[in-house]
Amino acid sequence: MKLLRTLMAAATALAVTAFAAPSFAADDPGPAAYAKSLNGKRVMLVPLAMGFDLAQGWAHYLKKEVEAWGGTFETRDPNWVVDAGAQAITDAIASDTRPDVLIIHAPDLNSYSKLMKKAQAAGTYVLLVDNPANFPADAFVGSDWDKLGQLEAEAAIKGCGENSSKKIGLVQGDQANSSSLYQYAGIMKVLEKHPDFQVVAKPDSNWDATTSRNVTTTMLQQHPDICSIIDFWDGDATGASAAIRDAKLDGKVFLVTTGGGEKAADCDKLEDGTYGAVVMTDLARQSGDMNAIIKFLLQSGQPAGTSHTYIYTLEKATTKADLKPDSCWDLKALQAEAAAK
Amino acid sequence: MNAIGWPNWRRLNQEGIVFAIAILLFAAAALGLPGFLTADNLVAIVRSVSVLGILALGMAVVIIGRGIDLSAVAIMAMSVAWYLQLLNTGTSDGLAFVYVLAGVLAIGLLNGFLVAYADVPAIFVTLATGSFVFGYVRSQLITQDAVPVPGGHWVELLGGVRFLDIPVEVFVFAGLAFLVFLFLRYTKWGRFIYFAGDNPVAARNIGVPVRPMLVLRYVLSAFVALIAGLLTAASLHSINTRIVNSTLLYDIVLVAVIGGIGLSGGRGGVRNVLVGAALIGILLNAMTIIDIPLLYQNLIKAAILLGAIIVDGIINPRDEQTAQQGDI
Repeated sequence: MKLLRTLMAAATALAVTAFAAPSFAADDPGPAAYAKSLNGKRVMLVPLAMGFDLAQGWAHYLKKEVEAWGGTFETRDPNWVVDAGAQAITDAIASDTRPDVLIIHAPDLNSYSKLMKKAQAAGTYVLLVDNPANFPADAFVGSDWDKLGQLEAEAAIKGCGENSSKKIGLVQGDQANSSSLYQYAGIMKVLEKHPDFQVVAKPDSNWDATTSRNVTTTMLQQHPDICSIIDFWDGDATGASAAIRDAKLDGKVFLVTTGGGEKAADCDKLEDGTYGAVVMTDLARQSGDMNAIIKFLLQSGQPAGTSHTYIYTLEKATTKADLKPDSCWDLKALQAEAAAK
Repeated sequence: MNAIGWPNWRRLNQEGIVFAIAILLFAAAALGLPGFLTADNLVAIVRSVSVLGILALGMAVVIIGRGIDLSAVAIMAMSVAWYLQLLNTGTSDGLAFVYVLAGVLAIGLLNGFLVAYADVPAIFVTLATGSFVFGYVRSQLITQDAVPVPGGHWVELLGGVRFLDIPVEVFVFAGLAFLVFLFLRYTKWGRFIYFAGDNPVAARNIGVPVRPMLVLRYVLSAFVALIAGLLTAASLHSINTRIVNSTLLYDIVLVAVIGGIGLSGGRGGVRNVLVGAALIGILLNAMTIIDIPLLYQNLIKAAILLGAIIVDGIINPRDEQTAQQGDI
């Protein structure tokens, strides 16, 4: 009897709380403050180019979010030309509709530093995405390229196995882009811990698939017993894979690369065995991180350039064995979705 | 040059110098670099310059006629990207190919008409049409930089074609080189190109159809670019339009000029392209085997181009007539 009474009392208390809750919500100051600081704010993305999967993915997810909270989202397309990017940023800062947040995909460590400083001085928060630069931005969102290189090296070592030649070839990007330089540093860190593994060649592809194919062909002829190749970007790794295919070494050379986790670029190629492992960026989550820090900055009231946050995206080396239906995002599907609107 | 087309060794011209450098480099690499002098590596060298060489053949025909085609790389990448995009969006193969052929023909004709009949310098015309082709196709016709070849399509199968273990592009390069050689040397119109390149006004006075032939050269160059693009896509199973921003265009001019085709027109032939391509192929392959970083590779390549242009200026001095007419 006593137990029953206690239970009933508890139930009554619960019911009271439940009914009382809406009245609390009505007084929640959150939504009003949120709308006040975010409504009508402008966000601009200046990637290296709009023509590749990462930029198109970011733009898709950011646009959805920014427009949902009442902001305006714009992109600029420098089409891989550094000067055009600089021009776009300069114009944006000087225009009447100066963006409140500028998201910049830096081509190298230094090119845009002065412009980003100008933007902050004008009151625009600057976010760096994907490629780090020598500049204290309000936030950096992207890969820790050193860590990413370590993951690649670990995947390559695992792909080679203990009873292999333990020879690894690298196809670097170039000698100016931070993503290439830090990736290399990360790879070498892991290989130092595995002195039995050696890098037999490390040519540059200049991010070009034909060059990647040519240098990989030469590399495989010089060292036919290479057990793994790490190509620094899935955008040109198609070249390295063509060289492996031509040398009839499919299945013998474990090709590791990195990319934005787009279905056709990464998952399909893991599935068909072209790539052995891909260190993929979770693009939706990365875009979500950007959106969260944008919301924080716009509500913080702090002047641009006050704080410097690093938000590294969780990276993981994915192989065919751990492919799941949601391992990748599908650019075609996003484009179809955008076209349907 | 004597009747059968062998170089005249007593008067060393630029082609001779470059050929000698290529032989020296080859010998040094064969002795010094392990794995250089293997059949596989030699095939790889030829293959690595096949697409470049094919493009240089088209460029050579244009340059001999005292012109230049700076739209070649844009036509190569964008025509094939558009073709693949059409296929990926469900257009039938035949129709897609007809569209692309028509597009390539149109750009070649546009280049030719503007140079021949509007008298706009070739360097400006082709720079503009190249940018136009890239911009239009990139913004209106395709959705992203890299366009994949649909699985099982003939372009993909083409990339796997081997004869005696030699990739198909080597044969296409050799075949085209032979055809262009026959055209330049044994056809009336081929010979006329030299006349027109050497002295357009005199050629016109003796009754050579200078202007229609100019148009023809740009159309030829555009079609050669399409072939080069198809071969690239065949090998990589995709085409990346970023190649338009690369140094490929300069490499094409480099191959033609370094082999001894004078930019002032009227001189050179297929052999010059082969010599230029051989030097570049051997150089790049050796530098890759030695593992020289790309920055230095570009520096070495650029230094060689500069040297070739200087030598060209000394050996083929600008004569009175070129000085009056101007070259490209």
